[in-house]
Amino acid sequence: MIVCKNLTFSYSPTKKFSFPDIQCNDREALLILGQSGTGKTTLLHLLGLLLTPESGELLLNGQSLRSLSATEAAGVRRARQIGIIYQRAHFVRSLSVLDNILLANFLADQKQDKARAILLAEQLGIGEHLAKKPHQLSQGEQQRVSIARALMNNPALILADEPTASLDDVNCQKVVELLKQQSLSIGASLVVVTHDRRLTDAFPKQVRL
Amino acid sequence: MNLLHISWANIKEKKLNSFLSGLLLTFGIGMISLLLLLDRQLDAQFKRNIKGIDMVVGAKGSPLQLILSSIYQIDAPTGNIPLAEVNKLKMNPMVKTIIPLSMGDNHKGFRIVGTTAQYVTHFEAKLAQGALFSTTLETTLGSKVAEATGLKIGDTFASAHGLDEAGEAHADVLYKVTGIFEANGSVIDQLILTDLSSVWAMHEHEESHEASEAESHEPHTEGEEPHAHEAEDEKEVTSALIKFRSPMGLVALPRQINANTSMQAALPSIEINRLFSLLGVGIDTLRALALVIILIAGVSVFVSLYNSLKERKYEMALMLSMGATRTRLFGMLLLEGLMLALLGYAAGLMLSRVGLWLFSRAAEQDFHYSLADFGLLSGELYLLAAALLVGVMAAALPSLGVYRLNLSRTLAED
Repeated sequence: MIVCKNLTFSYSPTKKFSFPDIQCNDREALLILGQSGTGKTTLLHLLGLLLTPESGELLLNGQSLRSLSATEAAGVRRARQIGIIYQRAHFVRSLSVLDNILLANFLADQKQDKARAILLAEQLGIGEHLAKKPHQLSQGEQQRVSIARALMNNPALILADEPTASLDDVNCQKVVELLKQQSLSIGASLVVVTHDRRLTDAFPKQVRL
Repeated sequence: MNLLHISWANIKEKKLNSFLSGLLLTFGIGMISLLLLLDRQLDAQFKRNIKGIDMVVGAKGSPLQLILSSIYQIDAPTGNIPLAEVNKLKMNPMVKTIIPLSMGDNHKGFRIVGTTAQYVTHFEAKLAQGALFSTTLETTLGSKVAEATGLKIGDTFASAHGLDEAGEAHADVLYKVTGIFEANGSVIDQLILTDLSSVWAMHEHEESHEASEAESHEPHTEGEEPHAHEAEDEKEVTSALIKFRSPMGLVALPRQINANTSMQAALPSIEINRLFSLLGVGIDTLRALALVIILIAGVSVFVSLYNSLKERKYEMALMLSMGATRTRLFGMLLLEGLMLALLGYAAGLMLSRVGLWLFSRAAEQDFHYSLADFGLLSGELYLLAAALLVGVMAAALPSLGVYRLNLSRTLAED
């Protein structure tokens, strides 16, 4: 469960953001809608602790996340609790799909669970691509790989930044379904930030920026 | 998966860049390593044969030529000197031993050297089979000679005039093999040793033979009566190797000989130092060139990593957001440089061994010298350190950017 209250952030004195209060329970999915420039990505980075808020409260499973700020030492703990899916799927280009998924375990200092990586890939329909390089896959397939990667550490919170922006309608629906289904199965809170109107039907709970 | 695995994958991803960096390192390291190898082997070969010889006397001419022909058997002799003069030196209280040498003939390119048993003792050569030559026309073969010619004990062979195979053959007088030496790495390996008297006998015979045709091929015997050779004081040798009783001889004798006799005295240590300092200019130039190549290799690693880091900025930010520490990423990038350096080093060492092998083959063909010691040199450990340093430095400079990377901004871009 993630809760945030009175979050503010400023890049400069003239460019200030203050965000509405948000709450997303375990096994719940929340859609945050907003046009470009309304601070969607900023909010996502705040929730993902890649940025430190200027003021306000951030609670993950009832625990204040002030301690899990973007500092070095906390990076590993953060990585174990929060899985992030980016707008365009990015990977370590030189590694295979399987290694890219396992990378989540490795960098978070967790045991590398190859069986789980294969299982997730099977469930997400990319089982036959594990030995390929990520850039050999289509956009939709790549986005599914990044979902698998975000799920590897069984995080309490899954954040997705415009996960469907570069996908066609069919892939868009598939990716959203998989996201919801997978975060439900590990009991995580799912927060999706987007301006993609195609997603409004799939998420009953929505917040507008 | 571990950092090594990721670094290696990154090297493989940039095949051409990595290949170029590795190739440059390989050539730089290979050249220096080859120079070190040659340096050691030439040094060892030259030092081994020079040991215990304080001075060489021979006909006047180039002192370096005298040393090369008398000790190393790789240049033409300067001429002949009267045996009587050499014997006079024997009386000198400063001279401990004196070994006369007489050469001018060969068999299949291997020099036939007339000498005394002292020559064998001096080079500590041991017989592998048979016995040492004892009388005229008996010979003992060096190991390489026996191997190359296939001559066995009891075989006879004809010698040819001059120092290469093309010489005119002395077909009517034959040498006989009485023994074969063990290989001991000295000049003896490539020689056919015989008694001094054999060379005289060979040429007396020839001269009388030629004299009957009223013609002589040898300038040094021109004008001489054919039978005059029988007189002991008219006999000639090519040169003599001399060992002193004390270092004092080194000061007095050479000057005395050069001034008062028809012979010249040459000091091996001085001449070989002169030779090496002449070669040294070339070696220094090559070494400088090799260092420049290694530096360019470093620059190549630097440029390649710098460029790829610009492209991989997002990758780095991604890994940071997944829990990697900056130090870990920095280490991963250093590893890429280190692995390239190690690869270049290993390939360089192999290259230098191939080079040495080729060089050795050529040297063996031309001079019957082999330089086939492929062991690792202590200097090459320093080379390893230098290669790793180049790899680390070249990788560290661009990789420091990892510490300045703005995580959120990089991920938000694009």
